[in-house]
Amino acid sequence: MKYMLIMRSTAEAIEASKEFDFDEIIAAMGRYNESLIEAGVLIGGDGLADASEGFVVDFDETPPLVTDGPYGEIKELFNGFWILQVSSKEEAAEWAKRCPLGPGSKLEVRRVTDESDFDPDNEWIQKEQEWRADAERKAAEQA
Amino acid sequence: MTGRDRAASPAGDGAAGDAARRAVGAVWRIEARRIVTTLTRHVGDFALAEDLAQEALADALRQWPVEGVPANGGAWLTAVAKRKAIDHWRRRERLDARVASIGHDLELEQREAADAVPWDLESSLDDQLRLMLIACHPVLGPEARVALTLRTVAGLTTDEIAAAFLVAPATIQQRIVRAKRALTDSGARFELPEADALAERLPAVLACIYLVFTEGHAASAGDAPVRADLVREALRLGRALQAMLPREPEVHGLLALMELTAARMPARVDPAGRPVLLADQDRTRWDRSAIERGRAALARADALRIGRGVYAQQAAIAEQHAIARRFEDTDWHAIVDCYDGLLAAGPSPIVELNRAVAVAMADGPAAGLAIADAIEASGRLADHHLVPSVRGELLARLGRVEEAREALEEAARRTRNASERAVLLAKAATTR
Repeated sequence: MKYMLIMRSTAEAIEASKEFDFDEIIAAMGRYNESLIEAGVLIGGDGLADASEGFVVDFDETPPLVTDGPYGEIKELFNGFWILQVSSKEEAAEWAKRCPLGPGSKLEVRRVTDESDFDPDNEWIQKEQEWRADAERKAAEQA
Repeated sequence: MTGRDRAASPAGDGAAGDAARRAVGAVWRIEARRIVTTLTRHVGDFALAEDLAQEALADALRQWPVEGVPANGGAWLTAVAKRKAIDHWRRRERLDARVASIGHDLELEQREAADAVPWDLESSLDDQLRLMLIACHPVLGPEARVALTLRTVAGLTTDEIAAAFLVAPATIQQRIVRAKRALTDSGARFELPEADALAERLPAVLACIYLVFTEGHAASAGDAPVRADLVREALRLGRALQAMLPREPEVHGLLALMELTAARMPARVDPAGRPVLLADQDRTRWDRSAIERGRAALARADALRIGRGVYAQQAAIAEQHAIARRFEDTDWHAIVDCYDGLLAAGPSPIVELNRAVAVAMADGPAAGLAIADAIEASGRLADHHLVPSVRGELLARLGRVEEAREALEEAARRTRNASERAVLLAKAATTR
């Protein structure tokens, strides 16, 4: 089963982290990532650029309203994610606990759905699979 | 867990106990390799280290459900295992420098436990590789290698391994005891061989991981899902090995082959659990992200520019299937090239026969039949049903029904598998 570890940090925590040696933070995260790779459980993930660069599309308005800047309704910003392939929910929790994060940060852990979660006979589910296949073929052709 | 919970379940049974036992399993999967390698360094003997590690695991399974899960389970297990090592040496009246060093370590650890860094690797990738090599040592048979690898490298319990291989736990236990004795008797050392010796030892490690994979992959959907877990464990071992040996093309090749093969698993059986042939599989159900990972691994193998070994060649065949949108879109000429590459690595009549099938798809059944006929004439697969079975298929496609029927009946005579025989006879009967 696959789990997504979603890193959420408060703006204060991100501000506070600027007090620390950036190289040390990077090294700690690097060691953590290395241990995931070395255990063979890491299958994807990325960090997100600063939320201030982002924008929000709000569907309360018609047409939807686009606002520059971070997503303002919640206290924690979504800053990055990992996708792990593990044998149990407990193993996902165990890896999550080892993440080198400090006060003000949280990891939200969510199971990634797979095809068994959907009705394989639904035409849109089938189409989605085909789109993925197409996108991948195009990427391969470009490569 | 509150005191009241504990009073109500002195043996740690009930839901909280189950959760604690699952937590032990999760920590063990992550820590087993590190604990065994650390202990091997301390006690200087792999078989003994493995015993001590298992004792520590047993302690955790007893204590965590009752006392609660410790904050740093990995450190808890390591400390317990080291204490067991000290006790062991004391019992053997071997209070020497080794014990002093472990005792010193332990004191340090207890002092630093509060600010221990749980993700700091105590043992290096080289140590993990040493562990894989000793678990797949030449003095052991394939079954012993698999059992030892799953237990010490993948951190599965004896019961989990037994369930996955559909045998009694005692059988696995025995295999491991015998394997460890064989390692001790042969004086197998926990070391990294020189580069040329490593090249000699690596195929055994790759074969062991692939054996775990095929065992899980061959299991039909009707089997316990625990069999499919073997597929995931093999992938995980493959990824771990990739981290240890990034300059070995066949390590990437094996991972690519496993990812690309596993990608097709969701489409391999129909809703009733019957196997579905590649030609008939619903390709929209293939796992696209697994295909991507497999192709990336194959690209890494190729990027080393050392040529493709047998795993990479097989991965390349699987890749051709993966990138064909429909069965009709398959590039059979490319697949024939892959088979040529595979045969360049070493002759194999089964591979030649598979190549004959690919040639039949690429250049027509007559071209494939010529190759299958040559294999049959050489007598190299004389008691195998596959050659007449393939010949029967190709003859039927050429409209030579009489010969096709004879070939299929011959295949039915050769097979030892009753259900296969029934399928072949049914085919022969309907070949008109």
